[in-house]
Amino acid sequence: MFTRKPLIFAALLALGSSAAFAQGPNLGKPIDPAELAAWDISILPDGTGLPPGSGTSAQGAPIYAQKCAMCHGPEGKGGANAAVVGGAPIKDMESVKTIANFWPYATTLFDYIRRAMPWQQPRSLTNDEVYALTAYILALNKLTGENDTMDAKTLPKVKMPNRDGFIIRFPDKI
Amino acid sequence: METTPNNRSKREWEKLQANAGNGLLDRRAFLRGGAAMAGAMMGYTFVGSAAAEPLADDAWSKAPGNIVPAYGAPSRFEKNVVRTLSNPNSEPRTSHARTPHHLLNGTITPNGLHFTISHAGNPDIDPDKHRLVIHGLVKRPLVFPLDALGRYPMVSRMTFVECGGNSAPFFSKEPIQASVQALHGLASCAEWTGIRLSTLLEETGVDPKAKWLVAEGADAPALSRSVPITKALDDAMIALYQNGERLMPGNGYPMRLLLPGWEGNMNVKFLRRIKLVEQPAMSYYEARTYAPILPGGKAYQFYFLQEVKSFITHPSPGMMLKEPGFYEISGVAYSGNGRISKVMVSADRGQSWAQAALQEPVHSKAFTRFRVPWRWDGGPGVLQSRAWDEAGNVQPTRAQIVAARGETTKVPPVTGFPSQHYNGITTWAIERNGEVKHVYA
Repeated sequence: MFTRKPLIFAALLALGSSAAFAQGPNLGKPIDPAELAAWDISILPDGTGLPPGSGTSAQGAPIYAQKCAMCHGPEGKGGANAAVVGGAPIKDMESVKTIANFWPYATTLFDYIRRAMPWQQPRSLTNDEVYALTAYILALNKLTGENDTMDAKTLPKVKMPNRDGFIIRFPDKI
Repeated sequence: METTPNNRSKREWEKLQANAGNGLLDRRAFLRGGAAMAGAMMGYTFVGSAAAEPLADDAWSKAPGNIVPAYGAPSRFEKNVVRTLSNPNSEPRTSHARTPHHLLNGTITPNGLHFTISHAGNPDIDPDKHRLVIHGLVKRPLVFPLDALGRYPMVSRMTFVECGGNSAPFFSKEPIQASVQALHGLASCAEWTGIRLSTLLEETGVDPKAKWLVAEGADAPALSRSVPITKALDDAMIALYQNGERLMPGNGYPMRLLLPGWEGNMNVKFLRRIKLVEQPAMSYYEARTYAPILPGGKAYQFYFLQEVKSFITHPSPGMMLKEPGFYEISGVAYSGNGRISKVMVSADRGQSWAQAALQEPVHSKAFTRFRVPWRWDGGPGVLQSRAWDEAGNVQPTRAQIVAARGETTKVPPVTGFPSQHYNGITTWAIERNGEVKHVYA
């Protein structure tokens, strides 16, 4: 079924010859980055993809109270859904994974809030609001200072405590 | 042997040589014995029983039947063959629907019984408005409407999909008494039809700097996972059809990424965007959720592979063996590393093993049904299966997994996920009264 050798095939793709294009149906429509900007919400750990905008913990606190506390509890202490503050050191499978004790990259916090939260209205927050909530949660966890501003430059520089806590399971698959 | 089914007796099958302890018979007994063996097996159920009652027509045979529906559904007598739901009222949390392996046979999971996990419900996607974008480190970013994708060359393949958290109750320090559906129900197998991802990447072109792709769904949380480009160019598929019909909503309608043999969550459903990038995105599900913690506190990252595994579905907890005699032990085996090469079955807690028959054809990265004939003598038995794959991997024991990964100190809820990627041996005890229990060997 799938008999082509990936490496050889990758080399062919890299050449990107017009002959190769001609073989296929070519029914995709070209789209330029401006047209797909609203969907292009991927963020990489080095900060690639972080949008313009900024926010502080003080700006994030009232947004959290209004849009997040109903599930994650006042001041992030947990409620119907997980706490976003605290967490004992990870030691085994019964340890509760939290932002502070487990998440390796702060960019994941911005990415996940922006794409998936609040639960009932995902992708309804402005980028400034997402930066502010990110700043609020990081500050609650004392991973950043109370007055630190989070933006595309500062967020990727936040060092998360468990950054080096991972072992790649099958390095040969990557 | 000159015999006919009519003169079968209990003695005939008793002559069949045991292949391993506690009544396991040679998997080829059926082939060799042919009709004689079949007669022997059938024979047992009525040897010694009272003569059958005279036959008469039943009511349903004496009147025209029911209306023929436009879309068929199982008999009303099969109403119990359903998935179990972890979140039936759609509260704001993940919903799991588990496959009833003990009520199915063969290797294909019917579409309505294929397991699903939805992190924020199933979106109600209009296929005419859905489209797939491929962009990032490509030569030409392209958008594909669904109807355009329908014109591409397609391929079909049998493939299991298994949640990385399937079988998590086996990390419990004590065996949790639950059905095979509750314990292993987050794995299913279907024939998927769609377009090779490499076919579409051929049209966009791939920048040599691209090492990963980020796949994203059109569901509420825009679920996103990073996939190495090597897998994308190997056997990844944009799946449009499941067992011949369009994907079920819970399985990603109208299209999903299919990564044969890899962690279910990476097979992104409701697929709407693929971005080629240089590094993984470290999305929530890869950075946090599917990173199982090891003893000492480090965690595995990028587990990806669903490793070689098997479990017995017949018999399994919740079933009763009504009387001593002949039963077929059967189950499913699969490996994310390729084809299943061998399954061994034990009825005596692993002291001796008989090789099971594998249902042909054996597909790569798909459920393989194994079967072995068994004569239960009415005494206690302990059933296990163990699988090997063509890459030479062998299914580990539970003790081996616990040694490497740990176990809980308290018994977790059966629906909990204390860890992930359990592919160890499953053990069922047969009690004297015929009850089947979950035990640890």
